[in-house]
Amino acid sequence: MDEEFAFSEASEKEFMETLERYPTKMAALLPALWIAQNQNGYITPPIMEYIAERLDLSPVHVYSVCEFYTMYHKSPPGRYHIQLCRTLSCVLCKMEDIQGHLESRYGIRAGKKTEDGMFSLTLAECLGSCGTAPVMRVNDVYCENLTIAKVDRIIEACKRGETLEEDPMLAH
Amino acid sequence: MSVKIVSRNFETPNADKIDVYESLGGYKSLEKLFAMKPDDVIEFVKKSGLRGRGGAGFSTGMKWSFVPKNVDKPKYLCVNADEGEPGTFKDRKILQLDPHQMIEGVIICCYAVGIKTAYVYIRGEYVKPQAHLHSAIAEAYKKGYLGKNIKGSGFDLDIHIHRGAGAYICGEETGLIESLEGKKGMPRSKPPYPAVIGVFGCPTVVNNVETLATLPWIMNNGSEAYAGFGTEKSTGTMLFSISGSVERPGVYESPFGVNLWDFIESSTGGVRGGRALKAVIPGGSSAAILTAEETRATNLDYESIAAAGSMVGSGAIMVLSEDDSIVKALQVIARFYSHESCGQCPQCREGTYYISEIMDRVLAGDGKPGDIERILEMCPSMLGQTVCVLADSIAIPAKSYIDKFRPEFESCIKGAAATA
Ligand SMILES: Cc1cc2nc3c(=O)[nH]c(=O)nc-3n(C[C@H](O)[C@H](O)[C@H](O)COP(=O)(O)O)c2cc1C
Ligand code: SF4
Ligand code: FES
Repeated sequence: MDEEFAFSEASEKEFMETLERYPTKMAALLPALWIAQNQNGYITPPIMEYIAERLDLSPVHVYSVCEFYTMYHKSPPGRYHIQLCRTLSCVLCKMEDIQGHLESRYGIRAGKKTEDGMFSLTLAECLGSCGTAPVMRVNDVYCENLTIAKVDRIIEACKRGETLEEDPMLAH
Repeated sequence: MSVKIVSRNFETPNADKIDVYESLGGYKSLEKLFAMKPDDVIEFVKKSGLRGRGGAGFSTGMKWSFVPKNVDKPKYLCVNADEGEPGTFKDRKILQLDPHQMIEGVIICCYAVGIKTAYVYIRGEYVKPQAHLHSAIAEAYKKGYLGKNIKGSGFDLDIHIHRGAGAYICGEETGLIESLEGKKGMPRSKPPYPAVIGVFGCPTVVNNVETLATLPWIMNNGSEAYAGFGTEKSTGTMLFSISGSVERPGVYESPFGVNLWDFIESSTGGVRGGRALKAVIPGGSSAAILTAEETRATNLDYESIAAAGSMVGSGAIMVLSEDDSIVKALQVIARFYSHESCGQCPQCREGTYYISEIMDRVLAGDGKPGDIERILEMCPSMLGQTVCVLADSIAIPAKSYIDKFRPEFESCIKGAAATA
Protein backbone atom coordinates (compact mmCIF):
# COMPACT_ATOMS: atom_id res chain seq x y z
CA MET A 1 0.00 0.00 0.00
CA ASP A 2 1.24 3.46 -0.87
CA GLU A 3 1.32 5.95 1.95
CA GLU A 4 -0.90 8.98 2.08
CA PHE A 5 0.89 12.12 0.94
CA ALA A 6 1.00 15.78 1.83
CA PHE A 7 3.60 18.46 1.15
CA SER A 8 6.07 19.07 3.95
CA GLU A 9 6.33 22.59 5.30
CA ALA A 10 9.25 23.41 2.99
CA SER A 11 7.50 21.88 -0.01
CA GLU A 12 4.32 23.75 0.79
CA LYS A 13 6.18 27.04 0.83
CA GLU A 14 7.83 26.25 -2.51
CA PHE A 15 4.48 25.19 -3.95
CA MET A 16 2.76 28.43 -2.91
CA GLU A 17 5.58 30.48 -4.42
CA THR A 18 5.32 28.45 -7.61
CA LEU A 19 1.61 29.20 -7.99
CA GLU A 20 2.34 32.92 -8.05
CA ARG A 21 4.49 32.60 -11.13
CA TYR A 22 1.72 31.51 -13.48
CA PRO A 23 -1.66 32.89 -14.56
CA THR A 24 -3.21 29.39 -14.37
CA LYS A 25 -3.04 26.69 -11.74
CA MET A 26 -2.46 23.98 -14.30
CA ALA A 27 0.89 25.53 -15.29
CA ALA A 28 2.19 24.66 -11.85
CA LEU A 29 1.81 20.94 -12.57
CA LEU A 30 5.35 20.15 -13.71
CA PRO A 31 6.89 22.19 -10.88
CA ALA A 32 4.53 20.57 -8.37
CA LEU A 33 5.60 17.11 -9.52
CA TRP A 34 9.24 18.15 -9.11
CA ILE A 35 8.57 19.38 -5.59
CA ALA A 36 6.85 16.12 -4.72
CA GLN A 37 9.62 14.02 -6.24
CA ASN A 38 12.27 15.97 -4.34
CA GLN A 39 10.38 15.29 -1.14
CA ASN A 40 9.46 11.67 -1.71
CA GLY A 41 12.05 10.37 -4.20
CA TYR A 42 9.42 9.17 -6.66
CA ILE A 43 5.82 9.80 -7.66
CA THR A 44 3.11 7.49 -6.26
CA PRO A 45 -0.60 7.34 -7.16
CA PRO A 46 -1.54 9.11 -3.89
CA ILE A 47 0.87 11.90 -4.80
CA MET A 48 -0.79 12.27 -8.18
CA GLU A 49 -4.20 12.46 -6.50
CA TYR A 50 -2.94 14.96 -3.96
CA ILE A 51 -1.48 17.21 -6.65
CA ALA A 52 -4.61 16.89 -8.78
CA GLU A 53 -6.66 18.11 -5.86
CA ARG A 54 -4.31 20.98 -5.06
CA LEU A 55 -4.37 22.18 -8.68
CA ASP A 56 -8.05 21.48 -9.48
CA LEU A 57 -7.07 18.93 -12.12
CA SER A 58 -8.38 15.48 -12.81
CA PRO A 59 -6.16 12.67 -11.49
CA VAL A 60 -6.14 11.25 -15.03
CA HIS A 61 -4.57 14.44 -16.35
CA VAL A 62 -1.86 14.35 -13.71
CA TYR A 63 -1.27 10.67 -14.37
CA SER A 64 -0.92 11.12 -18.13
CA VAL A 65 1.47 14.06 -17.71
CA CYS A 66 3.53 12.08 -15.23
CA GLU A 67 3.79 9.20 -17.71
CA PHE A 68 4.78 11.48 -20.58
CA TYR A 69 7.97 12.81 -18.99
CA THR A 70 10.87 10.42 -18.42
CA MET A 71 12.40 12.17 -15.42
CA TYR A 72 9.52 11.54 -13.04
CA HIS A 73 10.24 8.24 -11.30
CA LYS A 74 7.22 6.01 -10.99
CA SER A 75 9.05 3.63 -8.65
CA PRO A 76 11.98 4.18 -6.30
CA PRO A 77 15.25 4.48 -8.25
CA GLY A 78 18.56 3.30 -6.83
CA ARG A 79 20.35 5.49 -4.32
CA TYR A 80 22.52 6.46 -7.26
CA HIS A 81 20.44 6.70 -10.39
CA ILE A 82 22.60 6.62 -13.50
CA GLN A 83 21.52 7.89 -16.91
CA LEU A 84 24.01 6.84 -19.56
CA CYS A 85 23.68 8.60 -22.91
CA ARG A 86 23.12 6.28 -25.85
CA THR A 87 22.80 8.84 -28.68
CA LEU A 88 25.08 9.31 -31.67
CA SER A 89 28.03 11.35 -30.39
CA CYS A 90 28.32 9.10 -27.35
CA VAL A 91 28.08 6.00 -29.55
CA LEU A 92 30.87 7.42 -31.74
CA CYS A 93 32.90 7.76 -28.54
CA LYS A 94 32.28 4.16 -27.44
CA MET A 95 29.54 4.46 -24.83
CA GLU A 96 28.94 0.74 -25.37
CA ASP A 97 32.25 -0.04 -23.63
CA ILE A 98 31.08 1.97 -20.63
CA GLN A 99 27.73 0.21 -20.58
CA GLY A 100 29.48 -3.17 -20.86
CA HIS A 101 31.78 -2.33 -17.98
CA LEU A 102 28.96 -1.18 -15.70
CA GLU A 103 27.24 -4.48 -16.37
CA SER A 104 30.16 -6.92 -16.24
CA ARG A 105 32.09 -5.33 -13.38
CA TYR A 106 29.27 -4.04 -11.19
CA GLY A 107 26.15 -5.87 -12.32
CA ILE A 108 24.50 -2.54 -13.17
CA ARG A 109 22.09 -3.27 -16.01
CA ALA A 110 20.02 -0.95 -18.17
CA GLY A 111 16.45 -0.66 -16.93
CA LYS A 112 17.30 -2.40 -13.63
CA LYS A 113 18.23 -1.66 -10.06
CA THR A 114 20.98 -3.57 -8.26
CA GLU A 115 19.78 -5.92 -5.52
CA ASP A 116 21.29 -3.80 -2.75
CA GLY A 117 19.31 -0.82 -4.06
CA MET A 118 22.49 1.21 -4.57
CA PHE A 119 22.42 1.68 -8.33
CA SER A 120 19.85 1.91 -11.08
CA LEU A 121 20.60 2.56 -14.74
CA THR A 122 18.63 3.89 -17.64
CA LEU A 123 19.94 4.60 -21.12
CA ALA A 124 19.13 8.22 -21.92
CA GLU A 125 18.90 10.17 -25.15
CA CYS A 126 21.40 12.97 -25.84
CA LEU A 127 22.23 14.71 -22.58
CA GLY A 128 23.51 17.88 -24.24
CA SER A 129 27.14 17.20 -23.47
CA CYS A 130 28.26 15.55 -26.69
CA GLY A 131 31.60 17.41 -26.68
CA THR A 132 32.62 15.45 -23.59
CA ALA A 133 31.24 12.08 -24.71
CA PRO A 134 30.76 9.49 -23.42
CA VAL A 135 28.62 11.00 -20.70
CA MET A 136 26.39 9.87 -17.87
CA ARG A 137 24.46 11.58 -15.12
CA VAL A 138 24.66 10.16 -11.61
CA ASN A 139 21.69 11.62 -9.79
CA ASP A 140 22.06 15.28 -10.79
CA VAL A 141 25.79 15.25 -11.53
CA TYR A 142 27.20 15.12 -15.06
CA CYS A 143 30.14 12.70 -15.38
CA GLU A 144 31.93 13.46 -18.63
CA ASN A 145 34.78 12.15 -20.79
CA LEU A 146 34.17 8.73 -19.30
CA THR A 147 36.83 6.05 -19.39
CA ILE A 148 36.77 2.66 -17.70
CA ALA A 149 39.12 3.98 -15.01
CA LYS A 150 36.97 7.05 -14.44
CA VAL A 151 33.83 4.94 -14.13
CA ASP A 152 35.61 2.80 -11.53
CA ARG A 153 36.50 5.90 -9.53
CA ILE A 154 32.93 7.18 -9.71
CA ILE A 155 31.30 3.93 -8.68
CA GLU A 156 33.75 3.42 -5.81
CA ALA A 157 33.11 6.97 -4.62
CA CYS A 158 29.37 6.30 -4.65
CA LYS A 159 29.87 3.12 -2.66
CA ARG A 160 31.76 5.13 -0.07
CA GLY A 161 28.83 7.55 0.03
CA GLU A 162 30.85 10.50 -1.25
CA THR A 163 29.25 13.47 -2.99
CA LEU A 164 30.24 13.65 -6.65
CA GLU A 165 31.49 16.88 -8.16
CA GLU A 166 31.18 17.90 -11.78
CA ASP A 167 34.39 18.63 -13.68
CA PRO A 168 34.74 22.36 -14.29
CA MET A 169 33.06 23.35 -17.54
CA LEU A 170 35.61 24.38 -20.15
CA ALA A 171 35.19 27.22 -22.63
CA HIS A 172 35.10 24.86 -25.60
CA MET B 1 39.55 34.20 -38.64
CA SER B 2 38.58 33.83 -35.04
CA VAL B 3 35.72 36.08 -34.02
CA LYS B 4 34.06 35.77 -30.64
CA ILE B 5 30.75 37.39 -29.99
CA VAL B 6 28.55 35.01 -28.00
CA SER B 7 31.46 33.05 -26.54
CA ARG B 8 33.65 36.06 -25.75
CA ASN B 9 33.31 35.64 -21.97
CA PHE B 10 33.50 31.85 -21.84
CA GLU B 11 37.14 31.87 -20.82
CA THR B 12 36.79 34.59 -18.18
CA PRO B 13 36.55 33.06 -14.71
CA ASN B 14 33.28 33.83 -12.88
CA ALA B 15 31.69 35.66 -15.81
CA ASP B 16 28.43 34.22 -14.49
CA LYS B 17 28.72 36.57 -11.49
CA ILE B 18 27.16 39.97 -12.03
CA ASP B 19 30.13 42.03 -10.84
CA VAL B 20 32.45 40.30 -13.27
CA TYR B 21 29.87 40.51 -16.04
CA GLU B 22 29.42 44.23 -15.45
CA SER B 23 33.17 44.78 -15.45
CA LEU B 24 33.19 43.19 -18.92
CA GLY B 25 30.67 45.78 -20.12
CA GLY B 26 27.61 43.77 -19.15
CA TYR B 27 24.15 45.41 -19.05
CA LYS B 28 25.61 48.48 -20.77
CA SER B 29 23.29 48.03 -23.73
CA LEU B 30 20.26 48.91 -21.59
CA GLU B 31 20.99 52.63 -21.61
CA LYS B 32 20.88 52.66 -25.38
CA LEU B 33 17.89 50.32 -25.35
CA PHE B 34 15.68 52.46 -23.15
CA ALA B 35 16.54 55.55 -25.19
CA MET B 36 15.05 53.86 -28.26
CA LYS B 37 11.42 53.32 -29.20
CA PRO B 38 10.44 49.62 -29.02
CA ASP B 39 9.59 49.51 -32.74
CA ASP B 40 12.99 50.93 -33.56
CA VAL B 41 14.62 48.14 -31.59
CA ILE B 42 12.76 45.61 -33.74
CA GLU B 43 14.01 47.37 -36.89
CA PHE B 44 17.51 47.47 -35.47
CA VAL B 45 17.50 43.71 -34.89
CA LYS B 46 15.96 43.09 -38.31
CA LYS B 47 18.79 45.05 -39.89
CA SER B 48 21.43 42.95 -38.17
CA GLY B 49 20.10 39.95 -40.09
CA LEU B 50 20.13 37.83 -36.91
CA ARG B 51 18.37 34.51 -37.47
CA GLY B 52 17.09 32.10 -34.83
CA ARG B 53 19.73 29.70 -33.55
CA GLY B 54 17.25 27.07 -32.30
CA GLY B 55 17.15 25.27 -35.62
CA ALA B 56 14.78 26.95 -38.03
CA GLY B 57 16.99 29.98 -38.78
CA PHE B 58 14.09 32.43 -39.04
CA SER B 59 14.73 36.20 -38.88
CA THR B 60 14.49 37.24 -35.24
CA GLY B 61 13.37 40.83 -35.87
CA MET B 62 10.74 39.59 -38.29
CA LYS B 63 9.40 37.09 -35.76
CA TRP B 64 9.02 39.84 -33.18
CA SER B 65 7.21 42.08 -35.67
CA PHE B 66 4.47 39.43 -36.07
CA VAL B 67 3.32 39.94 -32.49
CA PRO B 68 0.21 42.12 -32.58
CA LYS B 69 0.78 45.57 -31.12
CA ASN B 70 -2.49 46.69 -29.62
CA VAL B 71 -3.96 43.84 -27.61
CA ASP B 72 -5.21 43.98 -24.03
CA LYS B 73 -3.85 40.53 -23.32
CA PRO B 74 -0.44 40.13 -21.75
CA LYS B 75 2.34 38.95 -24.04
CA TYR B 76 4.97 36.40 -23.13
CA LEU B 77 8.49 35.36 -24.02
CA CYS B 78 9.40 31.70 -23.78
CA VAL B 79 13.13 31.19 -23.78
CA ASN B 80 13.85 27.85 -25.37
CA ALA B 81 16.54 26.31 -23.15
CA ASP B 82 15.34 22.77 -23.75
CA GLU B 83 18.43 21.97 -25.86
CA GLY B 84 17.78 18.44 -27.00
CA GLU B 85 18.78 18.12 -30.64
CA PRO B 86 21.40 15.34 -30.63
CA GLY B 87 24.85 16.83 -31.07
CA THR B 88 23.94 20.25 -29.61
CA PHE B 89 25.56 21.46 -26.40
CA LYS B 90 26.09 25.21 -26.76
CA ASP B 91 23.12 26.55 -24.81
CA ARG B 92 24.35 24.62 -21.78
CA LYS B 93 27.62 26.60 -22.00
CA ILE B 94 25.82 29.95 -22.26
CA LEU B 95 23.52 29.13 -19.33
CA GLN B 96 26.34 28.01 -17.09
CA LEU B 97 29.27 30.22 -18.14
CA ASP B 98 27.54 33.45 -19.15
CA PRO B 99 23.87 33.51 -18.10
CA HIS B 100 23.77 37.29 -17.72
CA GLN B 101 24.41 37.73 -21.41
CA MET B 102 21.20 35.81 -22.07
CA ILE B 103 19.27 37.73 -19.39
CA GLU B 104 20.39 41.00 -20.97
CA GLY B 105 19.13 39.65 -24.29
CA VAL B 106 15.81 38.74 -22.71
CA ILE B 107 15.43 42.33 -21.50
CA ILE B 108 16.13 43.62 -25.03
CA CYS B 109 13.58 41.27 -26.59
CA CYS B 110 10.88 41.96 -24.01
CA TYR B 111 11.30 45.72 -24.23
CA ALA B 112 11.07 45.61 -28.04
CA VAL B 113 7.92 43.48 -28.07
CA GLY B 114 6.22 44.88 -24.98
CA ILE B 115 6.51 41.75 -22.83
CA LYS B 116 6.46 41.86 -19.04
CA THR B 117 6.85 38.17 -18.25
CA ALA B 118 9.41 35.71 -19.58
CA TYR B 119 9.67 32.00 -18.84
CA VAL B 120 12.93 30.15 -19.36
CA TYR B 121 11.99 26.58 -20.23
CA ILE B 122 15.14 24.67 -19.30
CA ARG B 123 15.66 20.97 -19.83
CA GLY B 124 15.28 18.94 -16.67
CA GLU B 125 18.78 17.47 -16.82
CA TYR B 126 20.48 20.89 -16.74
CA VAL B 127 20.60 21.17 -12.96
CA LYS B 128 23.90 23.03 -12.74
CA PRO B 129 23.19 25.44 -15.60
CA GLN B 130 19.80 26.06 -13.96
CA ALA B 131 21.49 26.86 -10.65
CA HIS B 132 23.83 29.34 -12.36
CA LEU B 133 20.92 30.93 -14.21
CA HIS B 134 18.89 31.06 -11.02
CA SER B 135 21.55 32.98 -9.10
CA ALA B 136 22.18 35.24 -12.08
CA ILE B 137 18.49 36.17 -12.20
CA ALA B 138 18.50 36.85 -8.45
CA GLU B 139 21.56 39.10 -8.86
CA ALA B 140 19.92 40.96 -11.74
CA TYR B 141 16.81 41.66 -9.62
CA LYS B 142 18.99 42.91 -6.81
CA LYS B 143 20.80 45.33 -9.08
CA GLY B 144 17.56 46.62 -10.57
CA TYR B 145 17.97 45.07 -14.04
CA LEU B 146 14.79 43.05 -13.51
CA GLY B 147 11.56 43.76 -11.66
CA LYS B 148 9.66 47.02 -11.56
CA ASN B 149 10.74 50.21 -13.33
CA ILE B 150 14.07 48.86 -14.54
CA LYS B 151 16.76 51.54 -14.14
CA GLY B 152 14.12 54.26 -14.05
CA SER B 153 12.85 53.41 -17.54
CA GLY B 154 9.29 52.71 -16.48
CA PHE B 155 9.69 49.24 -17.99
CA ASP B 156 8.81 46.20 -15.82
CA LEU B 157 9.99 42.65 -16.42
CA ASP B 158 9.91 39.37 -14.52
CA ILE B 159 11.80 36.23 -15.51
CA HIS B 160 10.79 32.81 -14.21
CA ILE B 161 12.52 29.49 -14.67
CA HIS B 162 10.39 26.51 -15.70
CA ARG B 163 12.07 23.13 -15.47
CA GLY B 164 11.30 20.48 -18.08
CA ALA B 165 11.16 16.83 -17.15
CA GLY B 166 12.66 14.80 -19.96
CA ALA B 167 10.97 14.97 -23.37
CA TYR B 168 12.79 16.09 -26.53
CA ILE B 169 9.56 17.16 -28.17
CA CYS B 170 9.17 20.01 -25.65
CA GLY B 171 11.95 21.76 -27.61
CA GLU B 172 9.49 22.24 -30.46
CA GLU B 173 7.99 25.63 -29.75
CA THR B 174 4.34 24.63 -29.46
CA GLY B 175 5.24 21.45 -27.57
CA LEU B 176 7.11 23.74 -25.20
CA ILE B 177 4.06 25.95 -24.81
CA GLU B 178 1.79 22.99 -24.06
CA SER B 179 4.30 21.70 -21.53
CA LEU B 180 4.58 25.10 -19.86
CA GLU B 181 0.80 25.14 -19.54
CA GLY B 182 0.99 21.90 -17.55
CA LYS B 183 0.21 19.34 -20.23
CA LYS B 184 1.93 16.66 -22.25
CA GLY B 185 4.32 18.36 -24.68
CA MET B 186 2.33 17.61 -27.80
CA PRO B 187 2.92 20.13 -30.58
CA ARG B 188 -0.04 22.16 -31.83
CA SER B 189 -1.00 22.49 -35.45
CA LYS B 190 -0.14 25.84 -36.95
CA PRO B 191 -1.59 28.34 -37.72
CA PRO B 192 -2.28 30.03 -35.40
CA TYR B 193 1.38 30.74 -34.72
CA PRO B 194 2.57 31.47 -31.17
CA ALA B 195 3.10 35.14 -32.11
CA VAL B 196 -0.70 35.42 -32.22
CA ILE B 197 -1.90 32.66 -29.89
CA GLY B 198 0.85 31.17 -27.78
CA VAL B 199 1.08 30.35 -24.12
CA PHE B 200 -2.05 30.90 -22.00
CA GLY B 201 -3.86 31.93 -25.20
CA CYS B 202 -1.71 35.06 -25.47
CA PRO B 203 0.76 36.41 -28.06
CA THR B 204 4.10 34.72 -27.44
CA VAL B 205 7.65 34.94 -28.71
CA VAL B 206 9.69 31.74 -28.52
CA ASN B 207 13.43 32.30 -28.89
CA ASN B 208 16.45 30.13 -28.40
CA VAL B 209 19.03 30.87 -25.67
CA GLU B 210 21.80 31.68 -28.15
CA THR B 211 19.59 33.95 -30.25
CA LEU B 212 18.88 36.05 -27.16
CA ALA B 213 22.47 35.96 -25.95
CA THR B 214 23.58 37.52 -29.25
CA LEU B 215 21.43 40.64 -28.76
CA PRO B 216 23.54 42.64 -26.26
CA TRP B 217 26.53 42.62 -28.63
CA ILE B 218 24.34 43.78 -31.49
CA MET B 219 22.87 46.60 -29.38
CA ASN B 220 26.32 47.73 -28.27
CA ASN B 221 28.11 47.47 -31.59
CA GLY B 222 25.37 48.10 -34.09
CA SER B 223 23.43 46.14 -36.69
CA GLU B 224 25.95 46.96 -39.39
CA ALA B 225 28.87 45.74 -37.32
CA TYR B 226 27.09 42.41 -36.81
CA ALA B 227 26.07 42.13 -40.44
CA GLY B 228 29.68 42.86 -41.32
CA PHE B 229 30.53 39.32 -40.28
CA GLY B 230 29.38 36.34 -42.28
CA THR B 231 27.72 36.49 -45.67
CA GLU B 232 25.01 38.70 -47.06
CA LYS B 233 22.15 36.43 -45.97
CA SER B 234 23.83 34.52 -43.16
CA THR B 235 25.06 37.42 -41.08
CA GLY B 236 27.21 37.34 -38.00
CA THR B 237 28.60 34.37 -36.15
CA MET B 238 27.17 31.20 -34.65
CA LEU B 239 28.21 28.73 -31.98
CA PHE B 240 28.93 25.34 -33.49
CA SER B 241 28.90 22.25 -31.31
CA ILE B 242 31.39 19.84 -32.86
CA SER B 243 31.42 16.24 -31.65
CA GLY B 244 32.05 12.67 -32.72
CA SER B 245 35.33 11.42 -34.14
CA VAL B 246 37.48 14.54 -33.84
CA GLU B 247 40.56 15.25 -31.74
CA ARG B 248 39.16 18.14 -29.69
CA PRO B 249 35.38 18.23 -29.70
CA GLY B 250 33.76 21.36 -28.32
CA VAL B 251 31.82 24.56 -28.93
CA TYR B 252 33.54 26.83 -31.43
CA GLU B 253 32.27 30.16 -32.70
CA SER B 254 32.73 31.17 -36.31
CA PRO B 255 31.46 33.76 -38.72
CA PHE B 256 29.30 32.25 -41.47
CA GLY B 257 30.77 31.67 -44.88
CA VAL B 258 33.97 29.82 -43.97
CA ASN B 259 34.77 26.49 -45.57
CA LEU B 260 33.06 23.78 -43.54
CA TRP B 261 35.98 21.36 -43.38
CA ASP B 262 38.63 24.05 -42.82
CA PHE B 263 36.61 25.26 -39.86
CA ILE B 264 36.17 21.80 -38.37
CA GLU B 265 39.80 20.90 -38.89
CA SER B 266 41.31 24.13 -37.63
CA SER B 267 39.15 24.28 -34.50
CA THR B 268 39.18 20.61 -33.49
CA GLY B 269 42.47 19.37 -34.89
CA GLY B 270 40.74 17.14 -37.42
CA VAL B 271 39.64 13.52 -37.36
CA ARG B 272 40.63 11.56 -34.26
CA GLY B 273 43.76 9.45 -34.51
CA GLY B 274 44.60 10.75 -37.97
CA ARG B 275 41.89 8.60 -39.53
CA ALA B 276 40.27 9.55 -42.81
CA LEU B 277 37.10 11.60 -42.85
CA LYS B 278 34.02 9.65 -43.89
CA ALA B 279 31.09 12.01 -43.41
CA VAL B 280 29.73 15.01 -41.53
CA ILE B 281 26.25 15.64 -40.18
CA PRO B 282 26.17 19.43 -40.15
CA GLY B 283 23.02 20.56 -38.33
CA GLY B 284 22.01 18.11 -35.64
CA SER B 285 20.66 14.61 -36.15
CA SER B 286 17.71 15.92 -38.20
CA ALA B 287 20.07 17.04 -40.95
CA ALA B 288 21.00 15.17 -44.11
CA ILE B 289 24.52 13.74 -44.09
CA LEU B 290 27.39 15.14 -46.20
CA THR B 291 30.13 12.95 -47.66
CA ALA B 292 33.77 13.86 -47.04
CA GLU B 293 33.96 15.32 -50.51
CA GLU B 294 30.84 17.44 -50.01
CA THR B 295 32.13 18.60 -46.63
CA ARG B 296 35.34 19.87 -48.22
CA ALA B 297 33.45 21.62 -51.00
CA THR B 298 30.82 23.38 -48.87
CA ASN B 299 30.82 26.67 -47.02
CA LEU B 300 29.30 27.01 -43.60
CA ASP B 301 26.30 29.28 -43.99
CA TYR B 302 22.54 28.74 -44.29
CA GLU B 303 22.47 29.08 -48.07
CA SER B 304 25.55 27.01 -48.91
CA ILE B 305 24.60 24.14 -46.62
CA ALA B 306 21.06 24.19 -48.04
CA ALA B 307 22.50 24.12 -51.55
CA ALA B 308 24.47 21.03 -50.52
CA GLY B 309 21.15 19.44 -49.51
CA SER B 310 21.42 19.77 -45.75
CA MET B 311 20.93 22.45 -43.10
CA VAL B 312 22.72 24.53 -40.46
CA GLY B 313 19.97 23.67 -37.96
CA SER B 314 21.13 24.04 -34.37
CA GLY B 315 24.80 24.21 -35.37
CA ALA B 316 25.55 20.68 -34.21
CA ILE B 317 28.30 19.18 -36.35
CA MET B 318 28.92 15.46 -35.93
CA VAL B 319 31.99 13.99 -37.56
CA LEU B 320 32.30 10.37 -38.68
CA SER B 321 35.62 8.74 -39.52
CA GLU B 322 36.42 5.82 -41.77
CA ASP B 323 36.05 3.56 -38.71
CA ASP B 324 32.48 4.68 -37.99
CA SER B 325 29.49 2.81 -39.36
CA ILE B 326 26.79 4.75 -41.19
CA VAL B 327 24.43 1.81 -40.64
CA LYS B 328 24.95 2.09 -36.90
CA ALA B 329 24.50 5.87 -37.07
CA LEU B 330 21.11 5.46 -38.72
CA GLN B 331 20.07 2.81 -36.21
CA VAL B 332 20.94 5.14 -33.32
CA ILE B 333 19.13 8.18 -34.64
CA ALA B 334 16.10 6.15 -35.77
CA ARG B 335 15.83 4.79 -32.24
CA PHE B 336 16.07 8.36 -30.94
CA TYR B 337 13.18 9.66 -33.05
CA SER B 338 11.08 6.59 -32.37
CA HIS B 339 11.59 7.12 -28.65
CA GLU B 340 10.86 10.85 -28.83
CA SER B 341 7.82 10.88 -31.15
CA CYS B 342 4.90 12.27 -29.16
CA GLY B 343 2.64 9.85 -30.98
CA GLN B 344 -0.22 12.08 -32.07
CA CYS B 345 0.39 11.71 -35.84
CA PRO B 346 0.11 8.15 -37.14
CA GLN B 347 2.71 8.69 -39.90
CA CYS B 348 5.26 9.76 -37.31
CA ARG B 349 4.38 7.26 -34.59
CA GLU B 350 4.31 4.27 -36.95
CA GLY B 351 7.02 5.50 -39.33
CA THR B 352 9.66 6.19 -36.70
CA TYR B 353 8.87 2.88 -35.03
CA TYR B 354 9.04 0.96 -38.29
CA ILE B 355 12.36 2.45 -39.43
CA SER B 356 13.86 1.93 -35.99
CA GLU B 357 12.73 -1.70 -35.93
CA ILE B 358 14.19 -2.44 -39.34
CA MET B 359 17.47 -0.78 -38.41
CA ASP B 360 17.70 -2.69 -35.12
CA ARG B 361 17.27 -5.88 -37.08
CA VAL B 362 19.73 -4.93 -39.83
CA LEU B 363 22.36 -4.02 -37.28
CA ALA B 364 21.78 -7.20 -35.31
CA GLY B 365 22.73 -9.11 -38.47
CA ASP B 366 19.16 -10.05 -39.26
CA GLY B 367 18.63 -7.79 -42.28
CA LYS B 368 16.53 -9.06 -45.17
CA PRO B 369 16.63 -8.22 -48.86
CA GLY B 370 14.16 -5.38 -49.40
CA ASP B 371 14.76 -3.73 -46.03
CA ILE B 372 16.45 -0.71 -47.61
CA GLU B 373 13.59 -0.31 -50.06
CA ARG B 374 11.07 -0.59 -47.22
CA ILE B 375 12.68 2.35 -45.44
CA LEU B 376 12.88 4.42 -48.63
CA GLU B 377 9.21 3.73 -49.36
CA MET B 378 8.27 4.85 -45.86
CA CYS B 379 10.00 8.24 -46.12
CA PRO B 380 7.70 10.21 -48.48
CA SER B 381 4.69 9.69 -46.19
CA MET B 382 6.71 11.27 -43.38
CA LEU B 383 7.62 14.46 -45.19
CA GLY B 384 5.54 17.58 -44.65
CA GLN B 385 2.47 15.67 -43.49
CA THR B 386 2.59 15.94 -39.74
CA VAL B 387 1.83 18.43 -36.98
CA CYS B 388 5.52 19.14 -36.40
CA VAL B 389 8.66 18.29 -38.36
CA LEU B 390 9.88 15.46 -36.13
CA ALA B 391 8.76 12.94 -38.73
CA ASP B 392 10.73 14.80 -41.41
CA SER B 393 13.67 14.77 -39.03
CA ILE B 394 14.17 11.05 -39.51
CA ALA B 395 12.89 10.70 -43.07
CA ILE B 396 15.40 13.23 -44.42
CA PRO B 397 18.52 11.78 -42.81
CA ALA B 398 17.42 8.18 -43.45
CA LYS B 399 17.11 8.81 -47.16
CA SER B 400 20.41 10.70 -47.32
CA TYR B 401 22.38 8.06 -45.40
CA ILE B 402 21.05 5.34 -47.70
CA ASP B 403 21.46 7.34 -50.92
CA LYS B 404 25.04 8.28 -50.14
CA PHE B 405 26.26 5.12 -48.44
CA ARG B 406 24.07 2.44 -49.95
CA PRO B 407 26.84 -0.16 -50.36
CA GLU B 408 27.42 -0.09 -46.60
CA PHE B 409 23.78 -0.94 -45.96
CA GLU B 410 23.79 -3.59 -48.65
CA SER B 411 26.88 -5.32 -47.37
CA CYS B 412 25.45 -5.33 -43.86
CA ILE B 413 22.31 -7.03 -45.15
CA LYS B 414 24.18 -9.37 -47.52
CA GLY B 415 26.49 -10.36 -44.71
CA ALA B 416 23.40 -11.28 -42.74
CA ALA B 417 21.96 -13.28 -45.61
CA ALA B 418 25.26 -15.13 -46.09
CA THR B 419 25.48 -16.18 -42.47
CA ALA B 420 21.77 -17.01 -42.21
C1 LIG C 1 11.30 18.39 -32.81
C2 LIG C 1 11.86 19.76 -32.57
C3 LIG C 1 12.72 19.99 -31.51
C4 LIG C 1 13.24 21.26 -31.27
N1 LIG C 1 14.09 21.43 -30.21
C5 LIG C 1 14.59 22.68 -29.97
C6 LIG C 1 15.44 22.91 -28.86
O1 LIG C 1 15.77 21.99 -28.10
N2 LIG C 1 15.89 24.17 -28.64
C7 LIG C 1 15.53 25.22 -29.45
O2 LIG C 1 15.94 26.35 -29.19
N3 LIG C 1 14.73 25.02 -30.51
C8 LIG C 1 14.25 23.79 -30.78
N4 LIG C 1 13.41 23.61 -31.85
C9 LIG C 1 13.05 24.80 -32.66
C10 LIG C 1 11.87 25.54 -32.03
O3 LIG C 1 10.65 24.97 -32.48
C11 LIG C 1 11.84 27.02 -32.41
O4 LIG C 1 11.96 27.14 -33.78
C12 LIG C 1 12.94 27.84 -31.76
O5 LIG C 1 12.97 27.66 -30.38
C13 LIG C 1 12.71 29.30 -32.07
O6 LIG C 1 13.74 30.10 -31.55
P1 LIG C 1 14.74 30.87 -32.52
O7 LIG C 1 13.91 31.60 -33.55
O8 LIG C 1 15.47 31.79 -31.63
O9 LIG C 1 15.60 29.83 -33.14
C14 LIG C 1 12.90 22.33 -32.13
C15 LIG C 1 12.05 22.09 -33.20
C16 LIG C 1 11.54 20.83 -33.44
C17 LIG C 1 10.64 20.61 -34.60
S1 SF4 D 1 5.24 14.71 -36.09
FE1 SF4 D 1 5.62 13.22 -34.45
S2 SF4 D 1 6.41 14.40 -32.74
FE2 SF4 D 1 5.51 15.89 -34.19
S3 SF4 D 1 3.43 16.16 -33.46
FE3 SF4 D 1 3.33 14.49 -34.95
S4 SF4 D 1 3.60 12.60 -33.71
FE4 SF4 D 1 4.22 14.32 -32.44
S1 FES E 1 25.01 12.26 -27.76
FE1 FES E 1 25.54 11.81 -25.71
S2 FES E 1 25.45 13.76 -24.78
FE2 FES E 1 24.80 14.19 -26.81
